[in-house]
Amino acid sequence: MKIVMAIIKPFKLDEVRDVLTSIGIHGLTVTEVRGYGRQRGHTEIYRGAEYAVSFLPKVKIEVAVPTDQVERVIGAIVRAAKTGQIGDGKIFVISLEHAVRIRTGEADADAL
Amino acid sequence: MTFAFPARAGLLAAAGLACTLGCSDLAVAQAAAAAPAVADKGDTAWMLTSTLLVLLMIVPGLALFYGGLVRSKNMLSVLTQVLAVTCLSMLMWVAVGYSLAFTEGSPFIGGVAKAFLAGVAKDTVNSGGTIPEYVFFAFQMTFASITPALALGAFAERTKFSVTLLFALLWGIFVYYPIAHMVWQSDGYLMKLGALDFAGGTVVHINAGIAGLVGALLVGKRIGYGKDLMAPHSLTLTFTGGALLWIGWFGFNAGSALAANDVAALALVNTLLATAAAALSWMVVEWTSKGKPSLLGTISGVIAGLVAITPAAGLVGPVGGIVLGLVGGAVSFFFCTTVKNAFGYDDTADVFGVHGVAGIVGSIGTGVFVSASLGGVGVENYDMAAQVWHQIVAVVIAVVWCGVVTAIIFKVIDLAIGLRPATDAEREGLDISAHGERAYNM
Repeated sequence: MKIVMAIIKPFKLDEVRDVLTSIGIHGLTVTEVRGYGRQRGHTEIYRGAEYAVSFLPKVKIEVAVPTDQVERVIGAIVRAAKTGQIGDGKIFVISLEHAVRIRTGEADADAL
Repeated sequence: MTFAFPARAGLLAAAGLACTLGCSDLAVAQAAAAAPAVADKGDTAWMLTSTLLVLLMIVPGLALFYGGLVRSKNMLSVLTQVLAVTCLSMLMWVAVGYSLAFTEGSPFIGGVAKAFLAGVAKDTVNSGGTIPEYVFFAFQMTFASITPALALGAFAERTKFSVTLLFALLWGIFVYYPIAHMVWQSDGYLMKLGALDFAGGTVVHINAGIAGLVGALLVGKRIGYGKDLMAPHSLTLTFTGGALLWIGWFGFNAGSALAANDVAALALVNTLLATAAAALSWMVVEWTSKGKPSLLGTISGVIAGLVAITPAAGLVGPVGGIVLGLVGGAVSFFFCTTVKNAFGYDDTADVFGVHGVAGIVGSIGTGVFVSASLGGVGVENYDMAAQVWHQIVAVVIAVVWCGVVTAIIFKVIDLAIGLRPATDAEREGLDISAHGERAYNM
């Protein structure tokens, strides 16, 4: 099992959710995050005060999937989240040791 | 017109305004002088409304305008300070404030004859006017309340709550009451000089702007000023508060006619047009020099325009008012950006840059645009240079009196109890550390 973690542009969230649903992924966790990569920040001006804002708002999604589905999920996320502009985000894949569905006690692949 | 509302706007009489707006009022006033003064129902209705409109400016208007400008951890401290200072100023006004400002005394301060409203009854009419004295008292009370509340914005986010209350107490007695007396009472020094201040450019705005600046300098900068992100936490609330200020300002300016008449109508028109001009002025200058037209800039222009037209509202013509607005907006922008950054003082809500600066522009500009040849109502034996000189003298006296006395007040409070909360308390935010609550539980 793996966790596919993707940092994407906030306005791409619905498209990513739709494409993941269409390939049979049911369940995903979303967090609003801030960060920076190659994309430059922007300047905000409040009367005389200028602030360089280097942490930009992004959305982090996390999907737990069986290992054999990882490539399909990555492909789907890339398809949906790509604009071709700098700042589209990144995808990280992390090994997942164990999973439990709280309601039933099912474990691992059955719990996903 | 000048004789119909002497008590506060009596300065107009002292200045010898030409009777260009309605000489019939003179006859009315003379007829009224013969019989015992009775309040006029129309005037009273408008002044009751105006009084509540000025209260609307303070709570919620000013409180939300300033509250949106600070960081979310200090939101409640600003709201609490504005609310409590307003309430305290009201009780001080009935105790001694009204009497010290609006009874005969010396050229610089009135007496205590009307302390706790002594001698004022339900059927007492304001001196030479047409409204119950209770209404005049209450209308002026809202002015005495908003002025120290305006100053609070300059040293917000870093001042002890107890200090803001002590400031309001001492500042009312030693700064606001004397200056209101000097400008608006018939035996006041600036009134006799012939300085014009229709609705409080000197008394309210220059006064609050200078007090704010001196407070900001003596309290010192916020921790992290110039390094940390101190962006306004909600420009939505600042917009809401600013819009309420504009609406309430019709009580402030048109109400300063102290009657429902042609002067109030002129003040209303000016309060619309000068404000619109200043908002666009600030916006365009910002757009040109900083690249983007901002909401904060445009709503700040609204306030700068309202301030600039305040001393002139019932005295200048609509086109003169627009010019005052255009100049006030641009000059305030310059002070809030370039000048503030050059000197490095931390005026949290730009009380000096907006109220002090636009107040000075409006007060001096009133001397120019009151001219009948420029569309103003005119002054008897008007001489532009002399009138402008009187306006400058009034501004200088207000600036020096307010600056020196405010500095002494802050020094005294500092020696007595200290001005600032502990460093940790300031970092944590005044909402939690001073008030034990949080603005947003989400």
